[in-house]
Amino acid sequence: MAQLTIIEAIRAAMIHEMEADERVMVLGLDIGRLGGVFRTTDGMIEKFGRKRVFDTPLAEASIIGSAIGLAVSGMVPVAEIQFLGFTHQAFHQMGSQLGRFRYRSRGRFPLQVTVRAPMGGGTKTPEFHPDAIEAQFVQAPAIKIVMPSNPYDAKGMLIEAIRDPDPVLFIEPERLYRKGRAEVPDEAYTVPFGKARTVRKGDHVTLIGWSAAVEICELAAAKLADEGISAEVLDLRSLVPLDVEAMVESVGRTGRCVVVHEAPLSAGFGAEVVATLQEEAFYSLDAPIARVTSFDTPYPPASMETAWLPSVGRVVAAAKRTVGA
Amino acid sequence: MSALTDSDNGVYQVLDPAGKLREGARPALDDEFVLEGLRWMLLSRAFDAKATALQRQGRFGVFSPVLGQEASVVGSAMAFDPKVDWIVPQYRELPAYLMWGLPLAKHILNLSGNPVAGRIPDDVNMLPPQVALAAQLPHAVGLAWGLQIQEKPGVVVTYFGEGSSSEGDFHEACNLAGVLKAPIVFFLQNNQWAISTPRAYQSAARHFADRAAGYGFEGRSVDGNDLLAVYEVTREAVERARRGEGPTLIESITYRMSFHNTTDNPSRYQDPAELEEARRRDPVARVEAYLRERGLWTEEREKEFKAAAAREIEDALAEALKAPPPQPSQIFDHIFAELTPRQTAQRREMLGRD
Repeated sequence: MAQLTIIEAIRAAMIHEMEADERVMVLGLDIGRLGGVFRTTDGMIEKFGRKRVFDTPLAEASIIGSAIGLAVSGMVPVAEIQFLGFTHQAFHQMGSQLGRFRYRSRGRFPLQVTVRAPMGGGTKTPEFHPDAIEAQFVQAPAIKIVMPSNPYDAKGMLIEAIRDPDPVLFIEPERLYRKGRAEVPDEAYTVPFGKARTVRKGDHVTLIGWSAAVEICELAAAKLADEGISAEVLDLRSLVPLDVEAMVESVGRTGRCVVVHEAPLSAGFGAEVVATLQEEAFYSLDAPIARVTSFDTPYPPASMETAWLPSVGRVVAAAKRTVGA
Repeated sequence: MSALTDSDNGVYQVLDPAGKLREGARPALDDEFVLEGLRWMLLSRAFDAKATALQRQGRFGVFSPVLGQEASVVGSAMAFDPKVDWIVPQYRELPAYLMWGLPLAKHILNLSGNPVAGRIPDDVNMLPPQVALAAQLPHAVGLAWGLQIQEKPGVVVTYFGEGSSSEGDFHEACNLAGVLKAPIVFFLQNNQWAISTPRAYQSAARHFADRAAGYGFEGRSVDGNDLLAVYEVTREAVERARRGEGPTLIESITYRMSFHNTTDNPSRYQDPAELEEARRRDPVARVEAYLRERGLWTEEREKEFKAAAAREIEDALAEALKAPPPQPSQIFDHIFAELTPRQTAQRREMLGRD
């Protein structure tokens, strides 16, 4: 068992799968000798060669589009998009193509494709790099959308993604890439999709988050504990498939809920969480569900991002309002 | 330059519009193959007429005829080996699909909106028709790339129009294919119209084929109404790809002699004189004149070919009618290997049962 960062855990997952299955290859911008802009693929071109670690031209739509064709040919591509915000320029290959091949071909061409992309702010990248646009892909059915928040999940969920016979959008928490290490088994293992993780048990309120927002929920829960409020933290881990059962179980117990995400408020995935809880757990609710999100504006210049992103303080305040404290 | 004028202006031509061999031309297709090509062209034309009628009766959905582009589609498709080569279509290339082995009944089911049509037989190297214009081009490059990596035999051909070539996917796909030296033929059918938008509004380039230079590979313009010329130029591109020498962009200059699809009304934007000129260059009449000159096209043979095409279409229609009608439950088939719990619940809600 090694202590790994999220970056190292992701790399370990790719190396495992490339060693185990020669059909697996990675493609993307700057992933070769540089090792990717975040060094996620560091050392991989030396290990596997240019055929399987391929630096593509600077063109996101053809990275996704060619990954589709590669999968049809029998390869198992893992495509890296440098930042999730760059998928704005590939959306038509994801929204109308990636998730539809199995359906359109009535099962002849399932696409075993993984698209990896880091997401989220807090690292002072220029505008639109950090855009948290995960909800856009939820409206493009038939793509699984998974978002680990820690090294153990990162490795297990990426191996699960690469082995999944269907397309998976694997969104990585950029801000947490190197923030701390955790124990990660040396061998290959999988973390199944559609199972939320209880990060912290609590009685008074459930804080629901995914990706880097889970860390904010954890920090907020610690602060709330100091004030005598016992907050449960639930990491959804995957938006598609969604673990409705875990959400309903937790909120059914606490009767209160705050949903936290980095995407702007309106039509963010938090709206889906709230609507689902309203349908499934209405009679267990003791207070309106709160949302702590970024605002309905474009991503601001880096100097102002902390004011824009959901913060521990705003989560604490929302939780206190919810419990009437 | 109008594509409707005969020209030596870089546009390859073997047969002139009257069906006469151009001076110095030596046809690469034997007579029996020319006859075979004409058989496919006539089948395509007969199907266009039938399908349009059935659409007007409400039995087919929206339909895009091949009319006017038969030599372009058939001549190019004849240059491939469907056993190892792949076709990545758009949607206006019916005879090519049939030549690859797609049963006509499947195509009919597709037009009548039956989802089972999406399942192309496993031994037919064809992707489903693509409705998002140019989106198929990066797929085709990825497929060619995958064949190259796995050292599998096979060349990929992808079809699209001059309108589609304005999309970013065209640029991204050509660029990537050039870098990879991928075994692919980009077959651009310049039929002069993207619905109502004329060719001149799509690009200021003299020839669409000229763009290939920017991607570092060969580009050829060919008279797309000339079966023999289209075959020859495509054949060269296929051989180049098989030798590992990379992609070719072929601009097949033709003319859409009918509507874009059954919802369109070309009389609102098309000069009737231009259509007349296009009829003078009809690709079917050109092959017929060529074969007539060689004593191979008689009234009797024409009747025989047309009757065979009509029979094939009737048989396919009858076959398609035997398919079970679409069921709402099929909406939830082939989404993922396994439906998510939410999708399972929604399916139950729709059907009132599991």
